[in-house]
Amino acid sequence: MKMPMPANAPAAGVNTNTGFLFFNPDEGAVITAIVDTLIPADATGPGGVEAGVHIYIDRQLGGAYGSAARLNMQGPFRPDIATPSQGYQLPLTPAELIRAGLVDLAAYSQKTKGNTFDNLQPADRNAILTDIDGGKVTFATVPSKVVFDHLYNLVQEGYFGDPIYGGNQGKSVWKMIGFPGVAGMYTQLIEQYRNKPYTADPQSIQDFA
Amino acid sequence: MATKLPPVDIAIIGFGWTGGILAKELASTGLKIVAFERGKPRTTDPDFLEPGKDDEIRFANRTDLMIDTTQETLTFRNTGDQTALPMRRLGSFLPGTGVGGAGVHWNGVTWRFMEWDHEAYSRTVSKYGKGIIPADMQLQDWGISYAELEPYYDMFEKTAAISGKAGNLNGTKIDGGNVFEGARKSEYPNPPLVWSQAMTMFDKATRSLGYHPFPSPAANASRAYTNPDGVKFNQCHYCGFCERFGCEADAKASPHFTVIPIAMKNPNFELRTRSQVLKINMDSDGKKATGVTYLDPLGNEMEQPADIVIVSAFALNNVHLLLYSKIGKAYDPKTGEGVVGRNYAYQGGGGATAFFGEDVITNPFMGAGALSMCMDDFNGDSYDFAKAGYIGGGGISAGSSGGRPIGYHPTPPGTPKWGSDWKKAVVAAYNHTVGVGSQGSVMSYRQNYLDLDPTYTDSFGRPMMRMTFDFQDNEWKQMAAARDISAAIAKEMGAKVIATSLPAKPYSVVPYQSTHNTGGTVMGADPKTSVVNKYLQVWDVPNVFVTGASVFPQNAGKNPTGPVGALAYWMADALKNKYLKSPGALIPT
Repeated sequence: MKMPMPANAPAAGVNTNTGFLFFNPDEGAVITAIVDTLIPADATGPGGVEAGVHIYIDRQLGGAYGSAARLNMQGPFRPDIATPSQGYQLPLTPAELIRAGLVDLAAYSQKTKGNTFDNLQPADRNAILTDIDGGKVTFATVPSKVVFDHLYNLVQEGYFGDPIYGGNQGKSVWKMIGFPGVAGMYTQLIEQYRNKPYTADPQSIQDFA
Repeated sequence: MATKLPPVDIAIIGFGWTGGILAKELASTGLKIVAFERGKPRTTDPDFLEPGKDDEIRFANRTDLMIDTTQETLTFRNTGDQTALPMRRLGSFLPGTGVGGAGVHWNGVTWRFMEWDHEAYSRTVSKYGKGIIPADMQLQDWGISYAELEPYYDMFEKTAAISGKAGNLNGTKIDGGNVFEGARKSEYPNPPLVWSQAMTMFDKATRSLGYHPFPSPAANASRAYTNPDGVKFNQCHYCGFCERFGCEADAKASPHFTVIPIAMKNPNFELRTRSQVLKINMDSDGKKATGVTYLDPLGNEMEQPADIVIVSAFALNNVHLLLYSKIGKAYDPKTGEGVVGRNYAYQGGGGATAFFGEDVITNPFMGAGALSMCMDDFNGDSYDFAKAGYIGGGGISAGSSGGRPIGYHPTPPGTPKWGSDWKKAVVAAYNHTVGVGSQGSVMSYRQNYLDLDPTYTDSFGRPMMRMTFDFQDNEWKQMAAARDISAAIAKEMGAKVIATSLPAKPYSVVPYQSTHNTGGTVMGADPKTSVVNKYLQVWDVPNVFVTGASVFPQNAGKNPTGPVGALAYWMADALKNKYLKSPGALIPT
């Protein structure tokens, strides 16, 4: 399955494409701070930033997902009458939504804590995100909770997803939870490892490239 | 103006399980058959090869194999007094598209519905009287019994390499199989899959509670197998990337490598992919279909005349096509009259997550779509409706369908949503947790229905279909009971912590629940309450036939594909041996 690699190639699973494509420096700093707040680095396992989750979010919003691929954007838009059970009803692509949300967050951080979100202490950042998640924060232009839910989902995807997308660098998150990755063949193992720990160096899509 | 093509004998709309079965079965007639598939062609090699097919972001989160809501979706509301709005993103259910349809990315749980399910009304009334049925519940018989459908269930099981254990063989009850099932004439074609740790625990706990567990019948082949058509299956890899993913091994039965290639071998059969059927055309008196209008891959409008039209798209699309083509009388919830769009139903939930310590190791990533233990002790009419206070039930199960980490990283109640404590809880639970869940029946109600939306159109300019649906009291009672039974099983397993869950109230199209949308073109014996007769022939338009879960009068506490496949074989038989010999209404009205 594996092709021989040239001597100067980076190790498999190491992301060499860092730097933001979609976010400007200010936005990138805030996104990095949000990722770091949601998944800090600690003794348990990798933090979101070291795993590359901020890069994952940048690539997603700069790509098809951000441009509303597979998201019906036909009007009339009626967020004024929409019920929660009807799902997303804003006239904004995910890229537009997050961009607007970051502007609103900057203003909210300044007003309530006297500084930009990325310059706040971790406890203050956490307090703001907790209030947003709890529905206690009104942003100037877009619904704060909708922005947060989108970011939260992107953080989960980037952290737990295949490294080929920019997050979970070095398969560090899969190693932490004990997920062996892709292309598993367990026909001969499932019975043998019933109620026994199975450990394997996880495989990502990149490992086969 | 559409370009009119030379006529064909049979037009098939939608090329998944049922379209594929019909094409294969009808090809032997020598008639000229054309199947239309809106999506792309697909083959195991190269479309579903490792490692790329195990891409959770692409296939699970971005739903790459399913319909694109920018092209077509429906509008949704819970109740008739609300304004329906487009389901802008896929969520609650994931309709398929492309060759093989949702049969490519299903899990593979393949049931025979229970005897009660097929005769829900008459069996309920004979046991409990009419008084037990709520005023707004439209409980109906299928117009065909389990016994009549048994040989066709058998055909589908053998086609799809089902791995399972009989619990009722010609009336003899067998421990270890489902003792509540209707009598089977033969054992499953393959033995059950290898049990996972979660299954052994569920089996032990439910037995000690006096229940009757059995391995769920799986379209994941437990061994290498050649089906009656000569199609070769490989043994399941237990790779854990099943639902929402294609199968690299040709182990999960899918139309794209079973019935479809067999149909394609016939020179009288033609498949047109990237061909979106817009409408079924009717003659001037509305009694006969004349063919279909579709868009070819370049967007040109084409008219394909045909003597017979088979509507075999996804359940929801079947209803939409009939409504838009004005075939059958559209249902009006105000008067209760009309049939197309009537009796839309879905699938209930409710369950418990059992968290253990380090002493229980589940290896959740070793799994297969249908790898689970189930029990029907509270399904169909296995128990007393009068005592329970609701009609219907659900299978309760636990298993290992895969531990894909974006979608699966459970944490016990009280865990924060993020931060270091969250991370610690994720790590502690990942390999030490078992989910016990119910899949509840959903009855049909006067106020749950499908019609055409007055405001929104799809990308082809047709009115979108509008879904008006919510779970009703009967279902909430059933789900709460199933949740409590699941929690009791989790406790019996020795769970340290138990989290219970129910679907969102009111029903929401946002979180995934199941792609088990039923009804809208239901089958039955009475043209006033059904769209198609027991041969799946439209009462009002005898040269139109409809397959799929849209014909279920209400939904059972089971996955729908088994009866969907069986009914396709049943309908093929009626078409070949009855209709073609004497075209017209097979049951006079």
